[in-house]
Amino acid sequence: MSTYNLKINGEKKSVTVASDTPLLWVLRDTLGLVGTKFGCGIGQCGACTIHLNGIAVRGCQTPVSSAVGFDITTIEGLDKEGKHPLQQAWCELDVAQCGYCQSGQIMTASALLKRNPKPTDQDIDDAMAGNLCRCATYTRIRAGIHKAAELTAGKEAGV
Amino acid sequence: MKPTLSKELNRRSFLKLSTLASGGLALAYYLKSATSLEGQVSKLTESTDENSFKPSAFVHIAHDGTVTLASARPEIGQGIKTSLPMIIAEELGVKWTDVKVISVPLDPIFGGQAAGGSTSTPTSYMHLRRVGATARTLLIQAAAASWSVPVTECYVKDGSVVHKPTGKSLSYGALVQAAAKLPVPDEHSVVLKDPSEFTLLGSRIGGVDNQKVVTGQPLFGIDQVIPGMLYAVYVKCPVWGGKVVSANLDVVKSQPGVRDAFIINETVPYHNNPVLGLVPGVAILADSTWNAFSARKQLQVVWDEGKFANDSWSGYSEAAKQMATTGKGLKKVRDSGNVDQAFQTAAKVIEADYHFAFIGHTNLEPQNTTAHFTGNKIHLWSPTQNPGDVQASVAEALDIEPENVSIVMTRIGGGFGRRLHPDPCMEAAVIAKKCGQPIKLTWSREDDFQHDHFRPGGFHHFKAGLDAKGKLIAFADKVMGFDAASGADNYPARFIDNCRIEAGKIPNNVPTGPWRAPGSNTYGFVICSFLDELAHAGGRDPVEFSLEILGTKDVLPGTGPRSAPYNAARMRGVIKLAAEKAGWGKTLPKGQGMGLGYYFSHQGYVAEVAEVTVTKEGELKVTRVVAAVDVGSQIVNLSGAENQVQGAIIDGLNSSWRQELDIQNGRLVQSNFHEYQMLRMPDTIRDIEIHFSKTKYPPTGLGEPALPPLAPAVANAIFAATGKRIRQLPFSHTDLRWS
Repeated sequence: MSTYNLKINGEKKSVTVASDTPLLWVLRDTLGLVGTKFGCGIGQCGACTIHLNGIAVRGCQTPVSSAVGFDITTIEGLDKEGKHPLQQAWCELDVAQCGYCQSGQIMTASALLKRNPKPTDQDIDDAMAGNLCRCATYTRIRAGIHKAAELTAGKEAGV
Repeated sequence: MKPTLSKELNRRSFLKLSTLASGGLALAYYLKSATSLEGQVSKLTESTDENSFKPSAFVHIAHDGTVTLASARPEIGQGIKTSLPMIIAEELGVKWTDVKVISVPLDPIFGGQAAGGSTSTPTSYMHLRRVGATARTLLIQAAAASWSVPVTECYVKDGSVVHKPTGKSLSYGALVQAAAKLPVPDEHSVVLKDPSEFTLLGSRIGGVDNQKVVTGQPLFGIDQVIPGMLYAVYVKCPVWGGKVVSANLDVVKSQPGVRDAFIINETVPYHNNPVLGLVPGVAILADSTWNAFSARKQLQVVWDEGKFANDSWSGYSEAAKQMATTGKGLKKVRDSGNVDQAFQTAAKVIEADYHFAFIGHTNLEPQNTTAHFTGNKIHLWSPTQNPGDVQASVAEALDIEPENVSIVMTRIGGGFGRRLHPDPCMEAAVIAKKCGQPIKLTWSREDDFQHDHFRPGGFHHFKAGLDAKGKLIAFADKVMGFDAASGADNYPARFIDNCRIEAGKIPNNVPTGPWRAPGSNTYGFVICSFLDELAHAGGRDPVEFSLEILGTKDVLPGTGPRSAPYNAARMRGVIKLAAEKAGWGKTLPKGQGMGLGYYFSHQGYVAEVAEVTVTKEGELKVTRVVAAVDVGSQIVNLSGAENQVQGAIIDGLNSSWRQELDIQNGRLVQSNFHEYQMLRMPDTIRDIEIHFSKTKYPPTGLGEPALPPLAPAVANAIFAATGKRIRQLPFSHTDLRWS
């Protein structure tokens, strides 16, 4: 057991856990941030996607010890009002079915939009291939990303 | 096998209960008691007041006008937490934006509370309309009495009663005190809205929990936390039915964070099947999920693997082949007309073998349940589709009375039928009782693969006779399966004069269970693919050939009480609609093709035309699917309905393209997603067009019926594109290269 000082969603958190504990379980069990989901534990499904300094990574493959010094962002901290363009688009287009994968989808998509504000379908295919949606809401996830890109562009243009 | 949905109360006993509830207890009880986990429930507690109006267990109107509607069945992604309350709101006459929806725990007062088999809409639709209309009737009576005017001069609009001649109005909030004192009428006596006046039903309404989903709120079973709880894992024998001989518990108990570890060597069958209920294993309890997972890596168990430890898929395939050849183990489930004579007179006889692999449910939320045993009572928080069966099974496993088992059904991270079975709840309950502390049991993904209750594989040997004009005159099907479930009426049985179906069970010990559109999801593939073969063999157009089989009769009754009537007119309707919208018959270059799939399942009639491109190198792309869907007279929530059909179509491709599970040495070979190819964003179908065909029949569910037609539509399109016939699932076993 060791103590780690983390910066999560802009807040400093100190946790005492085994050094190999994946950030996923620190978030879920230690800090009660359960929006980051457990799906497979081997980095194959994307349900645990979070950001380290704005880059999308898998929480289940990130030992807590390696996350020290990074700005960690989870779905709970993506936007303090819960109104990130992707969150708005997801609600407007009624994307979710069961909703279990959607935190991960949104975290991957928000990292995509940050580096590529107007992604093509091909860009979306490439960026989102690591995130499974068992309900297969892929049609609306794709539409939601395009919609969020429009919302962001509209905001910047002052529309 | 069929899931036992929890016992639906009959209408009469339900009415009795809802009349009791009108005394004002039902919903208020939940507002006050179910505070531990669902945040919104505890918040609503604060707004509960004694003067509120509770005309049924499902409806609560506070004196400030707040309308709260109960969602009694589990939300598994099928959208019923939104769509079922919409039905009440439509008849009640309130603005949807003024409605709050809360989930309620298991209680007989709500009637059937299972979610499965696409049954929620058909079993709830008329009842919930009457619930809403009853409340509306009482509010109108209260307003009319206060104005001393006839009720016939009053109507409702957006949460107010309006007096037509004068235009004066009273809000529902202002009426609750008076309405609460009125006797609740028989719900069958109230006047329902004319569907032409619906303003909410049929519109696009977003899911009531969407904002919570996109901000990561604790909605799901796996998110539940109760004070002082331990985190549990339960390790079972990889060979189904195996028992624990011994385990290195001392080593496990010495691992960091581990609080306890023990062996459970009981078996409590579910549906009389010992591999489907509580099975033996080793429980490990720790102070975090990770510590429990880590300790598990040190666990060594000596198993008694039992007599099935040499079973394999290849062995099952061999057994099926033997059964088809010798007929040993096959039973006739249908033998109409004179099949053998018809084969002799046929101009052409075609035989083909089809088979399909085992697949898993792979709910993205692994199986889990939180349990707290105190005294002789247990409380469960579980992502279960079937709380009624959970209650009965847990009571049996703990040897307590069912009324001592209470269940909160959380939001569910994907159902697909897996969570109709109560095994994770039985495990959690037994562990909680034994350790004496509240626990959350979480299955690893590997547990979830290995101990799934699989969509069974299966084998068909078909033989069909065509006359000189290519008309189907004789049909025979030998079905070799894992659970011996083959009905006498499987399509096209009722439509062919000479038809024989024989079915047999391959000896096995594999746990199987309902998987989205059980039976139909594989029957749809084998039947519609073979019919496509027959159409081509007889030189016929597949659409026209199928319409000929479906004939000119409207409704064909089922054989025996369990078989549903088949409305051939509705099926012809959707086939024609899908073909027309898809541009069926247009000429496509080699490497591109269109295929038809259609199937009647779960009371829905669906036809789909798929369009595919296959490169010379054999690379498949499904470019377009046009679906025609007949689920009756009324789509409840258009947004949710389209989402279900889109999802079912893509899941249809997901489950038939690359997914398969192999069995060797009596156990599953695949362990996690790296060995099991799920469909991902790049392979999704970009162009999905959905047409709802509105017919006069009662509305039915959409969780399942759009899935079965997809696999044959794609397989038949591949044949049209390449001349390669796919006779097995997954598609990926068939070499699609062409030149």
